[in-house]
Amino acid sequence: MSDFGGLGIFFVIALVFPVMALIPAFILQPRQPTREKGIPYECGVDTEGKTYVQFRAGYFMYALVFIVFDIETVFLYPWAVRFGELGLFALIEMFIFVGILAVGLWYAWQKGALSWK
Amino acid sequence: METGIVMTVANLIRGILMLILGNEFIVSVIMKLIGIGAMIGVISFAAILFTYTERKVCAFIQVRLGPNRVGPRGLLQPIADMLKLMSKEDIIPYGVDRVVWALAPMVLFVPSALAYAFFPFDDGAIFADVNVGIFLLIAISSQSVLTFLMAGVASNSKYGMIGAMRAVATSLSYEAPMVFSLLGIVMITGSLRMSDIVAAQQNTVWFIVLQPIAFLIYLTTCFAETNRTPFDFVECESEIVAGAFTEYSGMRWALFFLAEYANLLSISVLTTTFFLGGWSGPILPGFVWFWLKTIFMLMIFLWIRWTFPRVRIDQMMSFGWKVLLPLALVNVLFTGVGIYINRFM
Repeated sequence: MSDFGGLGIFFVIALVFPVMALIPAFILQPRQPTREKGIPYECGVDTEGKTYVQFRAGYFMYALVFIVFDIETVFLYPWAVRFGELGLFALIEMFIFVGILAVGLWYAWQKGALSWK
Repeated sequence: METGIVMTVANLIRGILMLILGNEFIVSVIMKLIGIGAMIGVISFAAILFTYTERKVCAFIQVRLGPNRVGPRGLLQPIADMLKLMSKEDIIPYGVDRVVWALAPMVLFVPSALAYAFFPFDDGAIFADVNVGIFLLIAISSQSVLTFLMAGVASNSKYGMIGAMRAVATSLSYEAPMVFSLLGIVMITGSLRMSDIVAAQQNTVWFIVLQPIAFLIYLTTCFAETNRTPFDFVECESEIVAGAFTEYSGMRWALFFLAEYANLLSISVLTTTFFLGGWSGPILPGFVWFWLKTIFMLMIFLWIRWTFPRVRIDQMMSFGWKVLLPLALVNVLFTGVGIYINRFM
């Protein structure tokens, strides 16, 4: 049985376990729904207006920079594993790669992408 | 000591099962199931224990008594809480996206629990000691943000909506520094395997000595990862009620808390494994060292939660990107130069 096979079994059991936890609650709980209970909570008063309004995500530019950095990490991990064996080649490559990352971060910073707008 | 206590017990059970069943494959499947059962047991037990510990520690820090009515010194409080949550009515508010809303608390448990598969509890006692361990661990545990988004957006509540958007913002600003801070460890170890990381610390020194900056960066990102003060934007009670979990009640809400406490234990274990030498230690067996260090880290996390105020969300994002990320990049450079000087000069 490989480790990944074990992970697969674990995944299935982790999906089933919460359902198991919900079953006794489903049997035990009282059911007396009223209008007041069903209203989405808004500090006690009735709900005003719609929830699904156009939401202004002030961090949109962060998200774009994040995608770049997240992909960089995928490249950096295999390099980090082999770093100890490659010697000078890996060291110079590291300065180039991290340099490009730093320039990218600096550019985004200067362009105002890293500020809450 | 040759092998740890956990592996000795596991090998004993395996031996007995082999005698009874005699089939290699069936025995290995049963062993995996026992391992899964043990880990889910650890998670459930930890969650029950933490509801009590967290309140008691909080009370101690704030010079209060904490729960002290149910049972001796309030020890039966978690059981009373559990019974209450089980017998509570499960309210489904109007206008929720039913499928997504009901699925969110169940799916949240999966990334929290699967992370436990990669923890080296003792010498050789890892459920899945795969060669991409640390990478897969980060990949799986970062999926939990999706379920916060599911819960918040589906629950037709303004607080939920804001909570979900904040969960995404937190994950955006802290995933990158976290991954970069662990890069130094991978460079020193030369392997992504969790057991190799512990072994590397056993042979030299704990990585907290070699990577102090990475330790501080990782610790900071941990608070954001588990949504705890000073970065608890997802469910800051005094601002947005309970954020993404506002519309959940009874057992569904309990599942969110189960996952939250599973994550709390999980970051303590990970900090121990990455920076404090995992299960390695003198005299006492590895299993004992592992839990001692984990509880020590846990107490630090609780202490910080009840000591620090909450920062503003835009401050948090700019702190992540403008302070932690450059620091983590510099840390990678220094580690690289250090390894080169150490090995090739």
